[in-house]
Amino acid sequence: MNLVPFSRREEHLFYLVAGFGAAIVAIGLAAALYMEHSGHVVTGMNNQIVWGMPHVFAIFLIVAASGVLNVASIGSVFGKVLYKKRAPLSGLLCIAMLAGGLAVIMLDLGRADRLIIAMTHFNPTSVFGWNVILYPGMFGIVAVYLWTLMERRMNPWTKPAGFAAFIWRLLLTTGTGSIFGFLVARQAYHAAVLAPMFIIMSFAWGLAVFMIVQRVMYAWNGLTVHQAVRNRMKNLLGVFVAAVFYFVAVYHLTNLYFAKEVAFERFILIDGGIFPVLFWGGWLFLGTILPLLLLYLPGLSSLCGSVATASGLVILGAFCQLYVFIIGGQAFPLGIFPGMETASSFFDGRIDTYSPSWPEFLLGLGGIGIAFTMTAVGVRVLSFMPEDDIAHLEAMLNITD
Amino acid sequence: MRRAVTLFLLGVLPWLTFSAWAGDGVPKPTIVIANEGKCIAPTEEMRRNHMDMLKHQRDETMRKGVRGKPASLNGCIECHAGKSTGSVIGKDHFCESCHSYAAVKLDCWDCHQPKAGFKAAGVKP
Amino acid sequence: MSNNDRRGFLAASAGLGLVAIAPGVHLMQVAQARPAGEPASKLQRWGMLVDTTKCASGCTACVSACATENGINEQVADPRQAAQWIRKIDIKDPKNGRQHSLPMMCQHCAEPPCVDVCPTGASMKRADGIVLVDRHICIGCRYCMMACPYKARSFVHQPLTQQNPEVPRGLGCVESCTLCVHRVDKGQKPACVEACPEGAMLFGDLEDPNSDIARRIAQTATTQVRADLKLNTGVRYQGI
Repeated sequence: MNLVPFSRREEHLFYLVAGFGAAIVAIGLAAALYMEHSGHVVTGMNNQIVWGMPHVFAIFLIVAASGVLNVASIGSVFGKVLYKKRAPLSGLLCIAMLAGGLAVIMLDLGRADRLIIAMTHFNPTSVFGWNVILYPGMFGIVAVYLWTLMERRMNPWTKPAGFAAFIWRLLLTTGTGSIFGFLVARQAYHAAVLAPMFIIMSFAWGLAVFMIVQRVMYAWNGLTVHQAVRNRMKNLLGVFVAAVFYFVAVYHLTNLYFAKEVAFERFILIDGGIFPVLFWGGWLFLGTILPLLLLYLPGLSSLCGSVATASGLVILGAFCQLYVFIIGGQAFPLGIFPGMETASSFFDGRIDTYSPSWPEFLLGLGGIGIAFTMTAVGVRVLSFMPEDDIAHLEAMLNITD
Repeated sequence: MRRAVTLFLLGVLPWLTFSAWAGDGVPKPTIVIANEGKCIAPTEEMRRNHMDMLKHQRDETMRKGVRGKPASLNGCIECHAGKSTGSVIGKDHFCESCHSYAAVKLDCWDCHQPKAGFKAAGVKP
Repeated sequence: MSNNDRRGFLAASAGLGLVAIAPGVHLMQVAQARPAGEPASKLQRWGMLVDTTKCASGCTACVSACATENGINEQVADPRQAAQWIRKIDIKDPKNGRQHSLPMMCQHCAEPPCVDVCPTGASMKRADGIVLVDRHICIGCRYCMMACPYKARSFVHQPLTQQNPEVPRGLGCVESCTLCVHRVDKGQKPACVEACPEGAMLFGDLEDPNSDIARRIAQTATTQVRADLKLNTGVRYQGI
């Protein structure tokens, strides 16, 4: 592949992009500082909805970070050449998004100044505690994996490192899903299916992010993604999106079968205000059906931009889904006295409303900014551009068509 | 080589510490001790070890329920609260005068009441 | 041995002597101040029994007493962000309209979910069964609030300055009913129990078969809220 040296104009453009990312990060940090100084009184979070907008952003970033590494795993663990060429970019995106997500979670803490305590005090029964080990471990393993990929002398170690990253990534997303899966108290959570559901969500969201970044990188260099690559990856994305649909359907159908959960499901699916709208319109229509049509419908799928649009819609659907899952799950009152009507000064038995304030939204956006800036700088200074063997791709195209 | 370093340290350290003690040009914190001689340990020991004593007792009391031991934060406050404000924080008061001089941040007062004999009022939610 | 240690040791041996001399004679029915320097013991488990048949719907004496005792006095614009250690819940059975009222607070579970999920170990259960938050290592992640089935915990959303010296509490940490641990350690009852005008709340040692509370629980039908979760709560209810 012959790359033309970067032009002066391109250089200016890069600084503009990097500066834009840095500005988003700065705004996020300022928001966190403001929240830390004033207390969470300046957020929309309260004693019923204790996790809000920052957690929607953070969990998206962390889950997608694990999923984006899927591309590398298919290459290194399952030996697919097309994906192997994309492994470095996949690793970089993983580290960048993990950093963004963790920063948001940490900066939202009531005592963010006690980060060191989170590192030094460990409770083995806490799923959060496991994650305190899983997240930094992920950084370390992916960093080593990237090293084996990018340093020629380390290449023989790529396979074991890739395998370790693959296993660790599955553990990590199991841990993230289990944060909710192990909560016995709340109707919305407390389900074993959440761990595999989070893993499959990570596959879909991660791949969607990867497709967009890949497209932008190619466009930046005046290239387009080869038809064969595009076909392979779009079909995989479609499979993942359909699999997420399957898991979400199982989760809600089992709930609907249990009499004790019917009221909660009614709230999320029918009369819960914003939540049914986001569930049916946001996640199901925009985030699942429309992308599947864009990816598979013969007329649509060959159109330029249809894959990128589908990827964008999958990400939009992911945010809708997380909002319904995290906020909706808390807005529904706890069943302290099942079957009874309750009322108190602490809003027992009442459906809570949540209106995120600017600082918490900007903090979440700051996390995206961190991931964006790290990626932009990373792909600029190091060689992350996938270098495909065109002849091989042409051959593939002939087979698949 | 090691001997040279040892000799150097032996030579320089006393001079450094001495100059830190003697330092005439260096401003000192004003530490007012109202009830001299009533402390649970000699001043030198308190200066050096109060943080360890408090931290040790904090965990003993908080996590195990050990009460009535001499090293208690409330005990310190009762004795050392400044006359004018009844508090150990604020300029020239016991805790803050020294801690701001030594630039050691305290977050005790995020949760603990720094005023001696303070009686909180309750408001029904 | 310091003066205080010796005093604690002497008091303890004196106590042992009394028990040896007069078995079966109970000098103190409810709580007894623990001698200075002695940790809380596993041989005790503090608990509470609430008789909801005596609890009046409009009465909030326990809530006010708790607020005064624990210095819960901050003004919060959004009531949903205000801390509530104890609250009155009015319960109505939609099938037959039966209504009653009860105080709800930390249930001081023997198997507390908040302690299980806490990443740092700040959520903790003392040897005598009192569930507390160690604010020195609480990072304010609110996972315990997600895990508590009783909505018993509050997050402090703004800086505080008017704390009671015996009840430290502050910005960015999670908190809940301490069973008035500072009073219990002095041999007193929790403030809410003392304040209840109907005497509907009974405090005592669940492990002592001769305590009033243990006898009442052995003789009458009592309920644990969300007994299905098998958390073995320290707070029990009668009449629900």
